Amino acid sequence: MKHVRFTSAHQSIAFSRRMMLLGGAQVAVGGLLIGRMGWLAVAQNEKYQLLSENNRVQLIPVPPRRGWIIDRNGKPIAINRSSFRVDIIPQQLEKGRDVVGELARLIALNADDVERIRRELAESRGFQPVSVADNITYEKYAAVTVHLPDLPGVQATRGFSRYYPDGPAVAHLLGYVGTANAKEYEAEDKNPLLIIPGFKIGKQGLEKVLEPHLRGTPGGQRVEVTARGKLVKELDPKPDRSGQTVQLTIDQGLQQYAARRMGDQSGALVAMDVGTGDMLAFVSMPAFDPNSFSEGIGRTEWKMLSENDHIPLLNKVSQGLYPSGSTIKPAMALAFLQQGVDPKRRVVCNGGYQIGNRYFRCDAVHGSMDMHSAIERSCNTYFWATGLITDPEKTTEMVNMLGYGQEFDLPLPSQRFGTMPSPKWLEKKYHRKWQGYDTANTSIGQGYVLINPLQLAVMPARLAAGKLLQPRLLMTGGRKPAPNIDADPAHLAIIREAMAAVVNGSGTAVASKLPLDGVLMAGKTGTAQVFRLGERGHQGAWALRDHALFIAFAPADKPRYAIGCIIEHGGFGASAAAPIVRDTMTYLFDQQKAWTALEPLEKQWGGSLAERNARQLGAFKATSLANGQA
Amino acid sequence: MITSAIIPRPLARLPWRLIFLVVGIATFGLIVLYSAAGGSLRPWALKQAIVFSGFLSIAVAMSWMKESTIKAFTFPVYGATLIMLIGVEAMGFVGKGAQRWLDIGPIRLQPSEFMKPAIVLALARFYELVPAAEIRKWRAIWPAIALLGVPAFLILVQPDLGTCIMVVLCGVTVMFLAGLPWWLFAAPVAAVAVAAPIAYGMMHGYQRKRIDVFLNPESDPLGAGYHIAQSKIAIGSGGIWGKGFLQGSQSHLDYLPEGHTDFVFATMAEEWGLVGGTILILAFAAVIRWGMRVSQNARTRFAQLAAAGLSATVFFYVSINLMMVMGLAPVVGVPLPLVSFGGSAVMTVMLCLGLLMALERQQRTVSRLA
Repeated sequence: MKHVRFTSAHQSIAFSRRMMLLGGAQVAVGGLLIGRMGWLAVAQNEKYQLLSENNRVQLIPVPPRRGWIIDRNGKPIAINRSSFRVDIIPQQLEKGRDVVGELARLIALNADDVERIRRELAESRGFQPVSVADNITYEKYAAVTVHLPDLPGVQATRGFSRYYPDGPAVAHLLGYVGTANAKEYEAEDKNPLLIIPGFKIGKQGLEKVLEPHLRGTPGGQRVEVTARGKLVKELDPKPDRSGQTVQLTIDQGLQQYAARRMGDQSGALVAMDVGTGDMLAFVSMPAFDPNSFSEGIGRTEWKMLSENDHIPLLNKVSQGLYPSGSTIKPAMALAFLQQGVDPKRRVVCNGGYQIGNRYFRCDAVHGSMDMHSAIERSCNTYFWATGLITDPEKTTEMVNMLGYGQEFDLPLPSQRFGTMPSPKWLEKKYHRKWQGYDTANTSIGQGYVLINPLQLAVMPARLAAGKLLQPRLLMTGGRKPAPNIDADPAHLAIIREAMAAVVNGSGTAVASKLPLDGVLMAGKTGTAQVFRLGERGHQGAWALRDHALFIAFAPADKPRYAIGCIIEHGGFGASAAAPIVRDTMTYLFDQQKAWTALEPLEKQWGGSLAERNARQLGAFKATSLANGQA
Repeated sequence: MITSAIIPRPLARLPWRLIFLVVGIATFGLIVLYSAAGGSLRPWALKQAIVFSGFLSIAVAMSWMKESTIKAFTFPVYGATLIMLIGVEAMGFVGKGAQRWLDIGPIRLQPSEFMKPAIVLALARFYELVPAAEIRKWRAIWPAIALLGVPAFLILVQPDLGTCIMVVLCGVTVMFLAGLPWWLFAAPVAAVAVAAPIAYGMMHGYQRKRIDVFLNPESDPLGAGYHIAQSKIAIGSGGIWGKGFLQGSQSHLDYLPEGHTDFVFATMAEEWGLVGGTILILAFAAVIRWGMRVSQNARTRFAQLAAAGLSATVFFYVSINLMMVMGLAPVVGVPLPLVSFGGSAVMTVMLCLGLLMALERQQRTVSRLA
């Protein structure tokens, strides 16, 4: 048509053609639209339905109740108490308003708390609520609730808080719970549960290790909300599931008794069931009050705890390392017997022993000693002399098998298991040859020997049972039958007899006989030098005094319980540690007698553990206040 | 065309098929608006019903207009609309702000809406005046470009991109049907196809981001892509049969923005599903087909071009809105005629339909006389 004259006929044809094209295009667009809609509504329906549901339904998490921790008899050790709490959401605070000050007046916060809240607010990351007060009375809760409309950013809620009825007595065993910090929150992939006000996670001890069992599964209140966050209606809630109850092998009564019996001393005591390896007591004293930790500890209390030279913040049972002192001697003797040393073989103690150019001094001039009397009277000379005629590698193997230097499979966040030195170990660690004086030091539990209080209880338990008992803390999980110790039962009998003589014969702990008819205790004292060998400090500055140790089992003839105890800087094992073990052992057989024994002591110390702790905190607050004003 | 002895003649001679279709679509729209308001006639459904009834009456009344009358009014109306557009621009300049309407007493006039049918009529009239032999000449092209370009530019700077696109598309459709050379339409399309990637490369980061968001709304679900993302969720979650009347969570919980205006189709689709959507699309198709038929049966060139252009106006309204709602086009603010809440779109569409009815009546009258 290029150069042809364009007529109206042409125009009419062109119009019809173009109309058809336009109509076709319109039909195509219509088809495209219906096709697209089908794709969205049919092929991708599932995806969009999910997105629509996500829009519509919001889940407000409801924190689960933490599982209880109960003792072997079902007595509660850690429970939940209904509580009222107040929090601040930093994000919602009005700028330039002293909400903390207003709250402090409203619910009578002390200066300590105010300081802590301000510090936490400064460090907070917006999303994380800052706890103002936990466990407040209903009256205070009501006071805050009434004023809520004029306090933007403040939240008052009722919930549950962790409560440990035994307080400090279980502090190091259970640890404590606390609000998750930013690191823990991120470690759990920003689990929204962790930032709910009042939600606590295990921070230490069993609370931390057993967290997966104790936490439970959060429920949720499902609500329909608008795009602007307005609640439209509540849908059926998803119920939460409380954490599991965990039963420990601990005997709550014994635990509490041992903790109180230690008085104001710094030490640790572990009691075990010789039949099963169940740990009946796990005490480290002095201790903090886990209840005040769980509520967010005040600065003064923290300061007091961290400045105390008895280190109440340290779990001495699993973290404290001490020279074993003479408590190693029964194990040494067993090793000697196994290596063919005649128990009747005699060594004359003239009050010391010459090894090379060094003279090792014994505690006394013991005279002629055989194995029985050497254990009974704790004669070092005998062990030095016998150690030198045996193989130190084999000896260490035996002692190690009996528990010293071993790490146990226990639900503890960390365990320092110390050292049981041997020639091989020495070569590897210090690149030097084992010398006679190494043998001498090791045979009396000095030198490189370092043990923890767990091992101190496992040792007598294994000697008493003749089995490789494994200590355990949780009632759940089957008990594996323990294999026998690779030792002659006759040899074990010799050791047990000697240990019985320590308490009941003419040994070092005769003052700590059990006040019970027909139940004899067998034991071994230990006095570990802290300061310097040869310069023994039984008195003088507290920190320079020797550690006192005692291991025991009872009844001596048919052992049921074993106890290991260390009192830091307690002086002689016989005078500081053995009486505590005696009374604790008594408790296992006759509770009434044990309480009767404790009563005059507590009177002398100035009240029960709880009373003394409260008084101590009060005194510390008064001093720091006076210092602050000065 | 119902013929019955009972119904009076003037009534019987109304294009009832179209009126049923339009009333059907509008009624469905009212039901959707009732649901969008949470099951309430207020604030939208009742008002919309009144506005629709008013404009329907006007449209029916317009159907008695003669083609000659329409022709006579074409250029004066076009000129008046153009002056109003300039007036809006001037007022916006004085008032230091964007403005799209003129306040004349109680009525608020949006001149750009009038421009949609006006440009169609003006171009149809222009090409009727151009002799067939002249159609390929430059003389037949530049006045049309001026007729279209000036108002399009004025609307673009208001700024109202959606209406501008609509006006240009309606005008171009008339020019295309008038028989202008192919290259005139092919060349710009080709130019855009070539230039777009280059332009994309030269764009600033934020400009690119806008285009990226359009191409993939989920990439920015809380920002610019929010409208499209929520609209797709509403349509997609409706499924085949929909969630049921008054059961749409996207619209009732305010997740779907503009659920009663530009995104009313998504509100509808959520509750009525693919079935409701398809029926609505087919109903619009029938309306457009009716208009295209009027064009095909037209005796005069003006009627041919005007009817096709007016049908195209309805078509572009519906298709641009639906493409936007389904994520096939960027959000440009074009409502769904007869369904979206708001008087302007109803007015424009009813003006178009009124003119179409007038042209259709003319055909019948003329054919009977012949």
